[in-house]
Amino acid sequence: MNGKGSGGRRVAVTGIGVVSACGTGAEAFWEGLFRAPPDGHRELAEWDPSPWMELREARHTDRFTQFAVAAADMAHRDAGLTEVDAERSGVVVATALAGVSTFERQSVIHHERGGRRVSPFLVPMMMANAAAATVAMRQGWRGPCESLETACAAATHAIGHAARMIADGTCDRMLAGGTEAAITPTIVAGFTNMRALSSTGRTRPFDAERDGFAIAEGAAVLVLEDWDTAVARGATIHGEILGSASTADAHDITMPAPGGGDAARCIRLALEDAGVRPQDVRQINAHGTGTLRNDEAETRAILSVFDECPPVTSTKGATGHAFGAGGALEAVAVLLSMRHGRIPPTIGLTTVDPALAVDVVTGEGRTWQPGPALTQSFGFGGHNGVLVLGPAG
Amino acid sequence: MANDDVFDRLTTCTVDVLQVKPESVTPDASLSEDLGASSLIQVELVMAIEEEFGISVPDESVEEIRTVDDLHRLILSLVA
Repeated sequence: MNGKGSGGRRVAVTGIGVVSACGTGAEAFWEGLFRAPPDGHRELAEWDPSPWMELREARHTDRFTQFAVAAADMAHRDAGLTEVDAERSGVVVATALAGVSTFERQSVIHHERGGRRVSPFLVPMMMANAAAATVAMRQGWRGPCESLETACAAATHAIGHAARMIADGTCDRMLAGGTEAAITPTIVAGFTNMRALSSTGRTRPFDAERDGFAIAEGAAVLVLEDWDTAVARGATIHGEILGSASTADAHDITMPAPGGGDAARCIRLALEDAGVRPQDVRQINAHGTGTLRNDEAETRAILSVFDECPPVTSTKGATGHAFGAGGALEAVAVLLSMRHGRIPPTIGLTTVDPALAVDVVTGEGRTWQPGPALTQSFGFGGHNGVLVLGPAG
Repeated sequence: MANDDVFDRLTTCTVDVLQVKPESVTPDASLSEDLGASSLIQVELVMAIEEEFGISVPDESVEEIRTVDDLHRLILSLVA
């Protein structure tokens, strides 16, 4: 382990980039976290890649990569990075479903017009590492460039993995996050038929009437930097990655293990990695998908770690569920809650399920004294990921 | 099929696929150097031309294409 608790280099967050129907750009996103979204899936209906790439390039770049390029560029600019040692600079961009929209369109072409009409760009557009590779190319960063696929835990794992590469001295700075653009007819049908989606198109985490989630698309990318390097160049530090952990349920391909045992173990390991005691945690940004099973298992996991439950929020009520981007959007929500001294509310929640005895933040949110905070992500396949974030300083 | 008509339709395909200005599509323009088309974009252009002219370009001919004029002559030979 290389977190603060085990003596590795400290990891600062110096850049934030976010592309989301909830708001594109950090402050627009923050404001969006307090608003009830329209019912239905959270598509970026007016998405225009032209500020980030020429039309010629955009045509050969899947939407999930376009989002990642935009978020990474925003984060890079926010960090005020100028000259860097490209070989000490890396990229980890996660996704769950990668270029499915490209694949879906090309499958129709294949079916209707034959194999000779399938785009030669199909493979490089749909491959899951396309987003990470394109971000690295845009920035010219030539350290490790990796993609990570652990479904809805992927971005959390990506940030944890990238932070470790800084903590252990492999790199001095990383662009790390997740991206997703999977609101396609076939994917929506798949989620509908597995009964994961809300019938009303409303994500209502921890609500007694919760019935699944609305799908979101978007991306969030952070600039992570070796703390001393960031301080030396006078960077604005948004927060710190204190630690992280990753565990597996090894139980079921979609269902979380009922007791939340390995999710709880993941929380404990992350706290240990960060050198933070459970009683010092001041906020949990939950996975909180608004499905019956997730919120139940997650509650059990939280209650088994914390004697006194810290404030818990799920920003998915506002953002929807962006799968492989979710953990990064939520890390951004936590970092912004530190900037603003307020924990955003669980949008969509009207009546807390009495069976879920966590301290859920509702209404207008809650003021807090920023301190160690968790983001938790749990993915299909039984992947658990937890990050421990801390305020700057 | 008239020569000019073929060249006009070839120009339209090239402008659309390569996202270049029509005036840059001259007979001696190199697809890669002058028009910035990577090898995959050139494949895409050949596919668009096959569709436009209802022809099938053999793989071995694709490898010999360097300029717009090469494409033009190839189309004329195949539509004849």
